[in-house]
Amino acid sequence: MIRVVLPPHLRGLARISGEVQLEIGGQPTVRAVVDALEAQFPMLQGTIRDHVTQQRRPFLRFFACEEDLSHESPDAPLPDAVVSGKEPLLIVGAIAGG
Amino acid sequence: MSGVRVLVGTHKGAFVLTSDGKRAKWDVSGPHFAGWELYHLKGSPADPNRIYASQTSGWFGQIIQRSDDGGKTWHQPGTPPGEPAPGPGAMPKGDSNKFVYDTSEKTGKPLTTHQFYDGNQHPWEFKRVWHLEPSLTDPDTVYAGVEDAALFRSTDGGKSWQELAGLRGHGTGPQWQPGAGGMCLHTIVLDPGNPKRIFVAISAAGAFRSDDAGKTWRPINRGLKSQYIPNPEAEVGHCVHRIALHPSRPNVLFMQKHWDVMRTDNAGDSWTEVSGNLPTDFGFVIDVHAHEPETVYVVPIKSDGEHFPPEGKLRVYRSRTGGNEWEALTKGLPQSDCYVNVLRDAMAIDSLDKCGVYFGTTGGQVYASTDAGDNWAPIVRDLPAVLSVEVQTLQ
Repeated sequence: MIRVVLPPHLRGLARISGEVQLEIGGQPTVRAVVDALEAQFPMLQGTIRDHVTQQRRPFLRFFACEEDLSHESPDAPLPDAVVSGKEPLLIVGAIAGG
Repeated sequence: MSGVRVLVGTHKGAFVLTSDGKRAKWDVSGPHFAGWELYHLKGSPADPNRIYASQTSGWFGQIIQRSDDGGKTWHQPGTPPGEPAPGPGAMPKGDSNKFVYDTSEKTGKPLTTHQFYDGNQHPWEFKRVWHLEPSLTDPDTVYAGVEDAALFRSTDGGKSWQELAGLRGHGTGPQWQPGAGGMCLHTIVLDPGNPKRIFVAISAAGAFRSDDAGKTWRPINRGLKSQYIPNPEAEVGHCVHRIALHPSRPNVLFMQKHWDVMRTDNAGDSWTEVSGNLPTDFGFVIDVHAHEPETVYVVPIKSDGEHFPPEGKLRVYRSRTGGNEWEALTKGLPQSDCYVNVLRDAMAIDSLDKCGVYFGTTGGQVYASTDAGDNWAPIVRDLPAVLSVEVQTLQ
C-alpha cells in the first residue's frame, strides 16, 4: 500500500481529505503511482503531469524520505520506506509566485 | 418573476451573485473552486442552468467545470466525482481538461510555431482557457479561446475538445506574437443572425472572422492603427482587447483596442476610430446596451503603462451615438484615489428594462447599475481581483 499526500488544491479537486492509499501492481515507481492515482481520480488527469507529454508540471515536485525525487526517472523504483507504507510520497506544489 | 445571475471569476475562485428583477438585494455564493484562478464563467443562452467555467492554475494546469443547476453544484464534464477511470474501450474520463493542438494533415495546415518576443519562431504551447462561449442554440456546444492562441470547440457538453485549426492555419499564424498578457484568444462573438459567422480576437494578432462555422478564417483588421508597427496597413499584429455587438445588428461591431475605440459597420471589413472625446482611449472592456444598439460603454484606463483610471476617478463612459460623443457616468463610483483596473472580460449587460450594467475591478468590487449606467452601487466590495463578469437574465 503506497501512501500519497496531495497538495490542498488537488485534494479539493478530487474531493478527498487526508492521504490517498493506492495498491500498485508491479514495481512501485512515480509513474506507476501517478497512473494509479489518475485511474482512481480521473479528474486529476493533466494536473500533475501534462496530458500529452506526460512530463511533470514545472511547479509540482515529488518528495519522499526527505529526498527530492523530482528529477529522478519516473520509472526509478521508489524508496523502500515508501513501498512499505512507512513513509508517504509527497506531491508538493512549489512555493512560487508570492 | 424575472431575475439575474452574475457570474464572477476572480484570481482566487468563482462567485455567483443572484437577485430578483429589482436588482436591489443580492445573494452571494462562493468562493467556488477556492484558491484557483477562474478566468471566465458563462451560461448557455439555450439553457440558463448550464454554466461553463475555466478553472486554471500555473501549478496544476487547466480544468473545465460545468454546472447543470445554475451554479449550485459543479463537476468536470464526463468525470462525475467518485467514479474511477473506465476500462479499455470506454469513453475516457478526464478528457474535459485536455486541449491538444490539431497537427493532423487532413484538417489543413498544421502549425507548430509562432513569432516570439525575441523575433524567433516558438512552439505553440497550451497554457489556459481565457474565454468560454456557449452556443446560442445548443447547450452542449461551447467554444474555448485559449493561450497560446487557438479556438477549440466541444459538442458534447465540454467532455472533449477539438481545435478549429483553420484559424491558426489560415496563413498569418507564424506572424502572431504574444502581448504582455500572453498570446491569448480572449474574445469569441457568435453572430445571432448567422450561425456560420464567428468573430474572435487575439492579443496581439488582431480580429478574425469565419463565415463557415469556423472552418476557414481571415483577418479583419483593416483600419486599425497600432503604434510601433512599421507597416500601418499590417494585416495582423494589432492588440485587440475586446469586441462587442448588439444582437439586432451583427454587422456593427465595437472594439476596445490597446489604444483606440473602434467601430465597423461591415462585420470587420473596415474599421473607423470612434474614441472622440474620451479622456484616454486605452482600456479593456467594451459592451453594448441591451435595447439601444448605438449605446456603447467603455471604462477608460490611463495608459498601457499605468493600468488605472485617469485622475484616480473610476468612470464608465457611455456613448448614445455609436461612438465619438461620450459622457462620463460617475454617480456611485469612486471619484478620488481609485487605482483599480477593469479587465477585458469584466463587463456584462443584462436584458431587463432598464438594462443592468455590471463590471468588476482588480480591487475586488463588482459594481452594478440598474438604470443603464446613470447610477451605480457595489454588489460586493472585497472579492479577490476580478477577472471576468457575465450576467444571465432569468425569466
